[in-house]
Amino acid sequence: METQRCKGSRDLLPGDMARFRHVEKVFRSCCLGWGYQEVRTPTLEYLHLFTSTGTLTPNMLSRVYSFLDWDGWSGERVVLRPDGTIPAARLYVENFPQAQPAKLFYIENVFSYEETGRESRERWQCGAEVVGSARPLADVELIMLALETLGQLGIKEVKVHLSHAGVIRAVLKELGLSPAQQSELFQRVLDGDTEAMSRMVSASPHLRNAMSLLFEGKGRSAGHLQNLKITLERALLSPHLEASMNDFIAIAQCLTELGCEYQVDIVSGRSFEYYTGIIFRFYSKGERLGGGGRYNDLIPLLGGGDIPASGFALPLDRLINLITDWQDKAPRVLIQSDVSITGIHKLCFETAGALRRAGYVAELDQGHAKTSDYRWVLAIKGESAKPAFLLTDKAGGKSLRADSAAEILKALQTADATKASSP
Amino acid sequence: MQLKLALPKGNLLSPTSAFLQRTGLELSCYDGQSRSYRPRCDKLPELFLKVFHEKDVPIQVAVGNYDLGICGRDWVEELLAKYPSSALVKVLDLNYGKTALYVACSKSDSSRSIDYWQTKPGTIRIATEYPSLAESFALSLRLRRFSIFPLWGAAEAYPPENADLALISLPTGNPFNQTLSPVSMVLSSSALLIAHRTSWDSRDLSPLLRCLHSASDAKEITIGNIEGQKEGVDESLPSPLRPDSAVRLGLPDGHLQGPALEFLGRAGITIQNNPPDPRRPGTNIEGISTKMVRPQDMPLQVANGNFDLAVTGEDWLLNHLCRFPSSPVKQILRLGFGKVRVVAVVSKQLPVDSPQDLRELLRKGHLSRLRVASEYTDIADKYARDNHLSPYRLIPTWGASEVFLPEDADLLIENVQTGRTLAEHNLKVIDTLFESSSCLIGSTHTPHDSYKLERMNSFIHTLQQAIDKS
Repeated sequence: METQRCKGSRDLLPGDMARFRHVEKVFRSCCLGWGYQEVRTPTLEYLHLFTSTGTLTPNMLSRVYSFLDWDGWSGERVVLRPDGTIPAARLYVENFPQAQPAKLFYIENVFSYEETGRESRERWQCGAEVVGSARPLADVELIMLALETLGQLGIKEVKVHLSHAGVIRAVLKELGLSPAQQSELFQRVLDGDTEAMSRMVSASPHLRNAMSLLFEGKGRSAGHLQNLKITLERALLSPHLEASMNDFIAIAQCLTELGCEYQVDIVSGRSFEYYTGIIFRFYSKGERLGGGGRYNDLIPLLGGGDIPASGFALPLDRLINLITDWQDKAPRVLIQSDVSITGIHKLCFETAGALRRAGYVAELDQGHAKTSDYRWVLAIKGESAKPAFLLTDKAGGKSLRADSAAEILKALQTADATKASSP
Repeated sequence: MQLKLALPKGNLLSPTSAFLQRTGLELSCYDGQSRSYRPRCDKLPELFLKVFHEKDVPIQVAVGNYDLGICGRDWVEELLAKYPSSALVKVLDLNYGKTALYVACSKSDSSRSIDYWQTKPGTIRIATEYPSLAESFALSLRLRRFSIFPLWGAAEAYPPENADLALISLPTGNPFNQTLSPVSMVLSSSALLIAHRTSWDSRDLSPLLRCLHSASDAKEITIGNIEGQKEGVDESLPSPLRPDSAVRLGLPDGHLQGPALEFLGRAGITIQNNPPDPRRPGTNIEGISTKMVRPQDMPLQVANGNFDLAVTGEDWLLNHLCRFPSSPVKQILRLGFGKVRVVAVVSKQLPVDSPQDLRELLRKGHLSRLRVASEYTDIADKYARDNHLSPYRLIPTWGASEVFLPEDADLLIENVQTGRTLAEHNLKVIDTLFESSSCLIGSTHTPHDSYKLERMNSFIHTLQQAIDKS
């Protein structure tokens, strides 16, 4: 059959959705536990929200889905949001009293055009933002929150890579480049163009050594950053660089104290232009699992005053492919009956209701259920005035007869309690 | 094996005709005098040729209706800016029909730097026939907020009153007009031979390519980038800005221009030539400023407040309202000249006499998908929806739509005056959508300026009297 699905789109089947909801539940639970509040922004936003200098790079903008709205005679375009952070920042500016700190999280889809259609054009993100704090501890909190989520999802061998937009910007500023050249090179670095960085290094012979140490080093400690700072300060005298390095070192130091391992990797690619400070990314077995960073200029750019902020996003649709040792553990009971018996339907619905209220998944057999898919099968027989219940444990092959739904419920709970207490 | 080549009409027709003469392909009916849309090639009888509006050529090649096409590189880049994965191969720069695309501003803004446009607060309005290239330019220049007004033509007339910038095409070497000054050169263009990707990869096009190569003094294809260099800036001239309280009247150019001026003349309103700035003619009525642009663009310009009143066709007003149902544009007067019928047309070869027959054809699977070509994209879209002609695909055209049937479209939504053109092309009308006349349009928003309101009402009254007399 010819596919009807739009190129680059994906269906989420029942198994996918169960894992999707599980990731969502774990992320929500973690965020709520850390005091974050959930928000949701519209799918449609004005294009200009993303064209403001310092938000998305032209490379990213060239891939947004933009079009004229119904009232598009004004010539202004709307987009399917290509990113979660910028709309969240807009939401903050529009809805929160000035300078009120906020910890927000969201689960949203984002859209970007992908030519081949082999990659998804619609992706889902779990994102969290801390607005109103400039302290390194806010960045550390976000990293720890993301790691807690990944840990609770059972994702193994998560690696943290750290970079720092403030350090990169400070270095570019000191290289004698024009603002436009600095901006272009910064975009290239963030788009993952490592060659651009190499060219920059080779074009500045007196800085070659310091630059090589900065861009090629893969240190794993705050000490490494201290060493870099000393070396860079010998080559570049910049107050911006010093402040950024101090911020970088403070975050690294704190992560070390918390037992969080990381790798310093200045050019680790694919990031957002709006970052101004720490940039962190998560990897597991070579696969990138999102990341985030500090974006102190974004809210001022959107007219929200001088409010610092940082955040991260995890790719929900990638995470659902990685969680393997999870399954839906809700106990499932299949209820069967002889449809020819008068009044049996009422009894079946009532019994199913009682089981559901007790936390079971109670499914009425509509004639096509496979009993092998269920742990428990409950057959209801007899007249409505004198019903007979037969509960079969498909796992153990045992059966139990009872006269009421209450007895069945008690038997199920006893079996679960026994299972839970068994070694 | 049939090879299909799409050829341009318009400015590129004569140089392309001359170029094809040099190839020795011995084409007939493809020159400035010919009205045929299907030239013949005596030397290569398997070559099928069709003439399109230049802007339609890359679309027809990209969708695979034609193996090869010739058009300006500007239209190729415009398509690629919107649909980067279009199945187009840029084969050969034919090195004639050279033009350059410029972003231009008013002479009054000519001293402004690129930085000024990048940091200017508020929305920067860009008028253009090349909306996708304009968007690429705006993004590459990192304009913070911009609006793009897609036009059918006359973009040069829009700054400074109705746009901050215009993206326009100029033949190489031609000077800018007296009102505009270049901000940035966006693209150099000349005639380009393009191919459909699949045809290029899988078919032997060499018999035709050999001829085309032999005649060209071609150059290597270079990838066109949006360039950001500032061009030389001419001397500043005084701004032609009108006072705000003047009524801004849009007058149509093209086919409607003559009848419109004649009608205004009968109402006692004379439109005076303004040789230094022909798009801004004068009038004998105080408090009215005029501008002459495409009738197709009038509804959008009234909707966004650029014009207070404008003369256009009811067909273009309806097309606008189909796209923007809550638009503030309304018809004020039916002026009565330039009458046409907007009709649904099919080829006489198609065994249908009504939209119901067409629906039946689709239902029975005799047509897998209806291809609907029209200049009135939004009217055509609504017509196909209202008549349940699904599945259908819209093919926007830029003129000479009748040439699309029967090879490249199944249904045409087109205007007719006498029906002679349809008969010439072996086409038949299966439905009349509506009758259209020229009209005066305005906005539902009333101006706050009482002087302006008075002038507008007086002008409308004058036209109403002329209608009543006729």
